[in-house]
Amino acid sequence: MSDVTLVSKAGKKKASIGKARRAGLPNWLYGWVLPVIVLALWEAASALGLVSDSALPAPSKIAKAFWQLALTGALADHVTSSAIRAGGGFLLGGATGLLLGIFTGLGKWAEKTLDPTIQMLRTVPLLTLIPLFILWFGVGEFSKVLLIALGSFFPLYFHTHLGVRSADRKLYEVTRILQYSKLHLLTKLIIPAALPNILLGIRLSVGASWLLLAVAEMMGASAGVGYMIQDARVYAQTDIVFVGIILFALVGKLSDSVVRLVEKRCLRWNNSYKG
Amino acid sequence: MLNIERLNKTFAAPAGPIVALSNIRLQVEQGQFITFIGPSGCGKSTLLKIVAGIDTAYEGKVELNGKAITGPGVDKGFIFQEPRLFPWLNVEKNIAANLPLNNPQIRRQVDELIELVRLKGFEKAYPKELSGGMAQRVAIARALLRKPEILLLDEPFGALDAFTRAHLQEVLLDIWQNSKTTMLFVTHDLDEAVFLGEKVVIMNPRPGHIRNVIDIDLPYPRKRVGHSFQELRTRVLSEFEKVEQPPLVDQGAGI
Ligand SMILES: Nc1ncnc2c1ncn2[C@@H]1O[C@H](COP(=O)(O)OP(=O)(O)OP(=O)(O)O)[C@@H](O)[C@H]1O
Ligand SMILES: [Mg+2]
Repeated sequence: MSDVTLVSKAGKKKASIGKARRAGLPNWLYGWVLPVIVLALWEAASALGLVSDSALPAPSKIAKAFWQLALTGALADHVTSSAIRAGGGFLLGGATGLLLGIFTGLGKWAEKTLDPTIQMLRTVPLLTLIPLFILWFGVGEFSKVLLIALGSFFPLYFHTHLGVRSADRKLYEVTRILQYSKLHLLTKLIIPAALPNILLGIRLSVGASWLLLAVAEMMGASAGVGYMIQDARVYAQTDIVFVGIILFALVGKLSDSVVRLVEKRCLRWNNSYKG
Repeated sequence: MLNIERLNKTFAAPAGPIVALSNIRLQVEQGQFITFIGPSGCGKSTLLKIVAGIDTAYEGKVELNGKAITGPGVDKGFIFQEPRLFPWLNVEKNIAANLPLNNPQIRRQVDELIELVRLKGFEKAYPKELSGGMAQRVAIARALLRKPEILLLDEPFGALDAFTRAHLQEVLLDIWQNSKTTMLFVTHDLDEAVFLGEKVVIMNPRPGHIRNVIDIDLPYPRKRVGHSFQELRTRVLSEFEKVEQPPLVDQGAGI
């Protein structure tokens, strides 16, 4: 008997704590409220004929187009070739940015000679380089990857540089007393101290590489999500244009979540890290 | 043994050179516990940094076991006022720092030290989860793992509350009596200086120099309330007052 009362008491307590904290929906649902309402209104407007089908196809029609493309395998093909492009460009540009950022962050001499130039190049709008790239390398795969690489280079370079610079002088003194080797100084002080900045740079770089991927694929390609959008536009298949946009949103969100997950795992120690 | 003779240290400053240390002479036997006390700016930190080998731009003789100190080293442990832990490492990794924790011998020593500084159960905690006193104990363990011959402590308990401070003083004396590491301990706190040290070195500013060295001939463990403790405390204090008080002549002027 006493067991039963204990259990029910505990249950009650839990429930009341939950109520006090959140009256209503579970936390993760909040973000979905607005999109669901918008979609419902949109669907209703389409059904009532308030919006033209060629400008704004109903969500259900977009979903159907999505499903059909997925079934034929075309969707997977487009996503794959886009991912390879974006991934290749990101790795190339990101790795260069990371290494160069560490390099100019460490050495006064390297910073003085390299950083002003890089900072100046950073202010050039990347899209103005497209005609140049086409003239030099044609519209082939190389100029696309290069454009994406350039876009993901700058955020990672900039934030890595900043992070390396921000390593604490007091902790540096500790590493001197403990007689860290040069290698340990890099791997056990400078890089961990710069990690929050580096991860922020990676997130921005990933975002930049998706943006430039879309641009690059629209400048001419034979596969990829950007190409799919461009192609659908020519044939006025608005629903497929929407499918493409949704794909960009999904993949962008997904890659951002992956980086955030890594951040969460790596930055547990960080006082200012709020997730 | 630490031997300091005719040590001078001058800082170049925009307003002209600052003599931080002037003609310091000090001999410390292996295993002694020396406390330093003196007003702010009298060069206590500067002296400790020179002995640690962090600051090598000095004139004079500073020798450890007959060899001039030319740079930092693990034989000279240093505890700062702040714990200065690596925030991305947990307690045990902070203690190991650049030594491999997967080496069984180091693993064992780290575990022993965690026990010694009474941090059992917090091996995996990150610095942000520790109180100031716990963090400072991690810093002490980190220095002890290197088996320093001499441990330099620059106001290590200055930022802690009175209870934590008293507790850590006991911990430190424990460690000292077990390891017989030479201790140079800088403090602002008169009681702390008398409670811990076998000798109290009293320093004076402008230019920083040693005013007096007072032997504290009390057996350990010491009691803060005893008559002899208070007597020695008063002696150190009076030494201070000689230093601090300007001549009394001017003060009666108003009457
Ligand atoms: N890096 C430096 N450059 C110029 N002057 C310095 C430097 N470090 C210390 N000084 C000067 O040397 C003198 C002694 O400084 P030090 O830090 O050793 O004093 P301290 O006794 O440790 O004082 P506190 O009790 O406040 O810590 C001070 O006058 C200070 O201004
Ligand atoms: Mg000081």
